[in-house]
Amino acid sequence: MGVIEFATSPWGQTVPIHIAFYLIWVAAIAGLAFLVCHAIWVAFIARKEVHVDFAPEAAARVPEKVARHSLAARLFHWVMAVAMLALLITAFLPKVGYQFPWVTYHWISGLVLTASILFHIIHASFWMDFWSIWPDKIDIEDGKRRWLRATGKTAPAPRKFAKYPMENKMYHLVIVLAGLSVTLTGVFMMKRVRTPFFTRNPYLFSDMTWGLMYVLHGLAGVGLIALIMVHIYFALRPEKLVITKSMVFGTIPREHYLEHHDPERWAATK
Amino acid sequence: MAIIRDIMPAFELFQPATIDDTLRLADQHGKDAWMMAGGLDTFDWLKDRIKRPKVVIDLSQVSELRGVREMNGGLEIGAMTTLTEVARHLVVREKFSILSTGAESAASPQIRNQGTIGGNVSQDARCWYYRGGWKCYRAGGNICFADTPTAINREHAILHADRCVAVNPSDSAPALIALEAQMVIRNKQGERVVNAEDYFIGPSIDITRMTVLKPGDLLTAIRIPATWAGTQFYFEKVRDRQVWDFPLMNVASAMVVTDGKIDRIRIVVNAAAAHPLRLAAVEDAVRGQPRNAATGEMAGKLAITGAEPLRYNGYKIPLMRNLVKRAVSGVEEVKWA
Repeated sequence: MGVIEFATSPWGQTVPIHIAFYLIWVAAIAGLAFLVCHAIWVAFIARKEVHVDFAPEAAARVPEKVARHSLAARLFHWVMAVAMLALLITAFLPKVGYQFPWVTYHWISGLVLTASILFHIIHASFWMDFWSIWPDKIDIEDGKRRWLRATGKTAPAPRKFAKYPMENKMYHLVIVLAGLSVTLTGVFMMKRVRTPFFTRNPYLFSDMTWGLMYVLHGLAGVGLIALIMVHIYFALRPEKLVITKSMVFGTIPREHYLEHHDPERWAATK
Repeated sequence: MAIIRDIMPAFELFQPATIDDTLRLADQHGKDAWMMAGGLDTFDWLKDRIKRPKVVIDLSQVSELRGVREMNGGLEIGAMTTLTEVARHLVVREKFSILSTGAESAASPQIRNQGTIGGNVSQDARCWYYRGGWKCYRAGGNICFADTPTAINREHAILHADRCVAVNPSDSAPALIALEAQMVIRNKQGERVVNAEDYFIGPSIDITRMTVLKPGDLLTAIRIPATWAGTQFYFEKVRDRQVWDFPLMNVASAMVVTDGKIDRIRIVVNAAAAHPLRLAAVEDAVRGQPRNAATGEMAGKLAITGAEPLRYNGYKIPLMRNLVKRAVSGVEEVKWA
């Protein structure tokens, strides 16, 4: 039982055609296992890092509500979230037995996701602090420190975060890889179905290239099942609710900012 | 790829004598089991080694599945009743002649003697790329070989294609839908009754199946209500060889005409899409209209709305328009200009 299914092309070539669909369950179970393990880890094992070392005069300079996400960024996030959920539902429910005409809904959702990602790339490049979401040297050093301390070893205390915590940045990195994989392959795959945008042309690429494209689309797709599960889990965790609310209202409270963020690395604004 | 062989491949054969035993076997073997009715579709698949079931459940010994019974003014036809028996049954001919005409137009006399009504409505697509063993969408792959710029697709779909462009080849299916038939399906969990219209599914719902039957399901009977008994029927099948062929397209209509106006109508076309198409928009448009050439013309034009021809099946659009035109207006109007 492989993770990829193969077929013989009309020219006798063995080509991949798509992933084995049991991977849907593998991804869902892996996501669930992560949630359970993380919940146990946080509840019973992990040492909480507490920073209460902010000076009162520094606190006074910080606004009561610190802006974290602009309206445009929040709109992007929720449009992308709806599109992503629609894509997962239309892609995988039919595969697990709930049959409905999914293809049109799937490519429409895919186009919405693609458009939202394009918007985000432009918005982040020219109107946001582009590098704030990418892990830097300090994040990697602090990541090591956190891991050592969490596993009972001795290490200096990690510093406070910049705008985004390390796990936020790592998640973004993985979601960028998975998201770009599904959208790029998905746009090409639209040449295989009837849409108002393209003339169908299944011969655009060779059978091997198409097959690899389907496999990449599938792998990234099932990967997103686990990633979205993890994302929703973190969004609902009590200690992360402040961040989740900031994705709705745009701001975080001053106390949270002072406790978790380094003003040197992320200057607070209203 | 398909390798034509004269001998059957090895499989475990069961010949149950009752429906209960059949369902037990079907439940026990699940996806590994292949239900065989008359065997006319089955033998091609098996001998070509394209479908390789471990278990074949031959239904020929299940006498409960055979015969035509009168029921509340309508009929209940056992799924294993042969097409010849259906076509020749006196009540079918008298009250539901559209079905006898449809059943009689299928294949050849020898095939109708062996082929069953249940098999006819449950048979698989005839697309030769699919039946040739190519790993197309319908076979679980990621391409439709019949819908490429160079494909040979004269017999394929002009409507409701969704990745796969194969059509449903049944001749009895449109007649059954026109008669508001119901399909009785049993499995280990019990019995369910599905409208004939909903029995057939297109690729947008499930690209690998032609009907709602899943592993473990058995079509046991087809019930035809009295609703359309003795009304005005029209059935026409167009095929390459009149003696023996699958339909290029067929049409079936049942109609009640009062004072020259169409009071009630059901009209169904098959081999235009992956499932028989009930033309509800056409029915709505012609209801209350006089049954004449103008109404037929309007119905024909409406029927082909949204049709998308492939490279070689553009002829199906005027064919469908004309078949619907005739089905609405009747045979006496055939000689229109």
